[in-house]
Amino acid sequence: MQPTDVKDPDYFHKVVDCQWACPAHTPVPEYIRLIAAGRYSDAYLLNWHSNVFPGVLGRTCDRPCEPACRRGRLEAEEPVAICRLKRVAADHKADIQPRLPRPAAAPNGKRVAAIGAGPAALALARDLLPLGYEVVIFDAERQPGGMMRSQIPAFRLPASVLDEEIGYVLNLGAHTRFGERVGSLTELLDGGGFDAVFVGTGAPRGRDLQLPGRAAANANIHIGIDWLASVAFGHCDRIGKRVIVLGGGNTAMDCCRTARRLGGDSVTVVVRSGYEEMKASPWEKEDAQREGIPIRNFLVPKAFLHQDGQLTAVRFEPVHAEYDQDGRRQLVPTGEAQVDMQCDDVIIAIGQENAFPWIELESGVEFDRWGLPVLDEDSLQSTNPAVFFGGDAAFGPKNIIWAVAHGRTAAISIDLWCRGHSMRDRPDTLMRLSSQKMGIHEWSYDNDVSLDPRHEVPWQDQRLTLVDLAEEVETGFDVQQALAEAERCLNCDVQTLFTAPSCIECDACVDICPVDCINFTENQPEVALRAGLRVPAENTSQALMVSPELATGRVMVKDEDLCLHCGLCAERCPTGAWDMQKFVIDLPKAGAACMGG
Amino acid sequence: MTYIRKPKIQHPRLSRNALGLTRRDYEGAVSTLCAGCGHDSISAAIIEACYEMSLPAHRIAKLSGIGCSSKTPTYFLSRSHGFNSVHGRMPAVLTGAYMANRDLVYIGVSGDGDSASIGLGQFAHAMRRGVNMTYIVENNGVYGLTKGQFSATADYGAKNKRGVQNFDEAIDLATLAIQMGATFVARSFSGDKAQLVPLIQAAIHHRGAAFIDVVSPCVTFNNHRESTKGFDYVRAHNAAVNRPDLIPVREEVRVSYPEGATETVELHDGSLLQLTKCAADYNPRDRTRAINAIQERQRLNQVVTGLLYIDPDAPDLHDEMGTVSCPLNQLSDAELIPGRAQLEVINQAHR
Repeated sequence: MQPTDVKDPDYFHKVVDCQWACPAHTPVPEYIRLIAAGRYSDAYLLNWHSNVFPGVLGRTCDRPCEPACRRGRLEAEEPVAICRLKRVAADHKADIQPRLPRPAAAPNGKRVAAIGAGPAALALARDLLPLGYEVVIFDAERQPGGMMRSQIPAFRLPASVLDEEIGYVLNLGAHTRFGERVGSLTELLDGGGFDAVFVGTGAPRGRDLQLPGRAAANANIHIGIDWLASVAFGHCDRIGKRVIVLGGGNTAMDCCRTARRLGGDSVTVVVRSGYEEMKASPWEKEDAQREGIPIRNFLVPKAFLHQDGQLTAVRFEPVHAEYDQDGRRQLVPTGEAQVDMQCDDVIIAIGQENAFPWIELESGVEFDRWGLPVLDEDSLQSTNPAVFFGGDAAFGPKNIIWAVAHGRTAAISIDLWCRGHSMRDRPDTLMRLSSQKMGIHEWSYDNDVSLDPRHEVPWQDQRLTLVDLAEEVETGFDVQQALAEAERCLNCDVQTLFTAPSCIECDACVDICPVDCINFTENQPEVALRAGLRVPAENTSQALMVSPELATGRVMVKDEDLCLHCGLCAERCPTGAWDMQKFVIDLPKAGAACMGG
Repeated sequence: MTYIRKPKIQHPRLSRNALGLTRRDYEGAVSTLCAGCGHDSISAAIIEACYEMSLPAHRIAKLSGIGCSSKTPTYFLSRSHGFNSVHGRMPAVLTGAYMANRDLVYIGVSGDGDSASIGLGQFAHAMRRGVNMTYIVENNGVYGLTKGQFSATADYGAKNKRGVQNFDEAIDLATLAIQMGATFVARSFSGDKAQLVPLIQAAIHHRGAAFIDVVSPCVTFNNHRESTKGFDYVRAHNAAVNRPDLIPVREEVRVSYPEGATETVELHDGSLLQLTKCAADYNPRDRTRAINAIQERQRLNQVVTGLLYIDPDAPDLHDEMGTVSCPLNQLSDAELIPGRAQLEVINQAHR
């Protein structure tokens, strides 16, 4: 193999698994260290700059960082509770408003329309407003927040948290046109006087289930996201005692838990697939079950049964999964008798779709055969170069953190567009590495690896939470719990740097490494090299760090997969060939590095 | 010295031996020696050898004297018996332990000061007696604990870190061990585990006094340009007479070498030591010629490594003394106190 180019920012970025997996590339280990140091405001601001909604995301994020966490790959270990540590920063911070950016001193004369006041458009506005853009945010609802407000129940995300963080964005000088539905893109483009338009309207159409009895029993059959919205905006405050929720995604989990609080004494989730294949995040399934909601699987709904226009039951056919030779799953009836489950209400939460009835053909925005806009993936620019998409509106339903990442990417693109640059002139990614050595055996980070198992987030008493929609279920880590959980972080951003000319090949690092990731060996092609290491490097998604040739003609090969970043290699190195250096990455953002002015 | 303990977390796919243990189960405490010390590599080689042989740690006794090297038993085999003895007196303590319990595996760890200076007499006599042990000298040519004075194994003419030259002749412990009657004598280098690990394994398999002189650079006091015991010097002057490969009893010989390129030695317990010849004329079974060959090569400034001498059929101390076949701690009171009548018989024999 060729020697590893450690000057490529992506190399060490990938080693920080959590940060690499985060769509917004939040510097996770750094903010966890700040939390451990009690610097909650600093931790909050670091998050805020990356992902705009730390308080919201610390409660609701889909946390792609956690399945990626290196700790989870160790034996009998679970990932660090990254998401809930983020909430600790939000809960314990001081007043950070004086430290937020100010509204631009003077407008730059460019106007941007953001359609939909959800996470994508708000993130976009956060990045563009301080640069002097006039950003006009439209939303059909009177209250901003988009799906964060309409689809996430208050017992998971208190309105006060949402209002606070949306306020930080709007206070940057946004113009708001809330309660105003945009009916025509061409009108907006022709008559609005906007230099660019950002579409962040989400995936607003909940899928229906056309089965016998659907129309007749319509009064007691609800579409999940519409029903959640009507609850959120106070239009609906009760439901029948027996409720069936159809669907296995996160929306279904929010529906069943909401129903439980609105009078549903007996709420059951029913899914077509097996329990394991459900789309909901594992923790959301567990949370629902903890509230006494059973999840029944391998039941395909066949009909809504009704009497005199009153829903009485849902009929299901038991199935099991069979896989064809291509590994595709088919649900095949087991032949058992159909099951009728009695109920008063049904909530259908089987997915949602994009809908752009207000975007006309002549706008120049093209859609593909799935109804999604044709976009340049890197810039989020549509086939009308002044129109950009983000969030669920761009590539179909994802989640808040992806919406934020899209908003920030689109902000860069719109800034380039408005200044007449190509979409390819994106700002560079920069990185810094700085030694963490403080003494012969002292480091500026705590390198002693905690052996604690993952700490559970405490819950509020269910006697309170199950009767009050606004009573938050999780109380969040207290300071001591947060400290203990923060200590579990392996500090993967503190990187192992190897300087080949300094190495005397004494083997001290090989002998001390607790996870056997360092090797001195003959150089070979990657496949052979991986197979021949002390412990073969089977996880090919993780890189090998290969040094230039050493004095003996061998090379140093480090498998990054399970490195604990404990720094013992550097402590036992007599010549300083190993050093622990903190990796900081400066990712592109709107207005940064204005190449060519 | 490292402040933190080595994390208990290990690689989930770390291989396991016949006892179901990983290499890490054979470790000891984190070393307090200087970073990069050759001795730590030798500790790692002992760990590797015992792990690969699937030795139960509680059936091993590790003994040492005084010095940097003699501290190292703390850093390996934390579940074994240990005895940190008096300076230069490890051979006597080990011999006594072996007399009392012949069933344990004995690993003696010493240094050039411990064995070639204060303990030279003990060293010589332990080699003569056929004590079944693996005696490892971690040889760095300096007294590290007292700031790097030349030791008795420092080469004539070698310079210390400040440029002072050594005008005393070096004691070559390997040659001395052969002369004194050790029946397994090898030399290796702490920076070459591929050679050192099988040598340690073969030494443990060998019945009788096995001695390994391991050149082990002192990174703090003896790893400079003019050192003859530093990493660069040893790598540049290493003249291996053979490459050892230990094949345990239960495994078949699978690798075939061209004729004449290898020599196989059957050890007392039936395991095979396969030697890939690096020097065609070297015969490790001929004591006299081995000594000559070592001396000739050393005159050419070569560091001769590999298995230097072996007598696989050597007698053992217990055989020669006709001692009881089981460990003393397994004898009953009746056996240990035979009574007045038996004492009378013994006394009569001496009259």
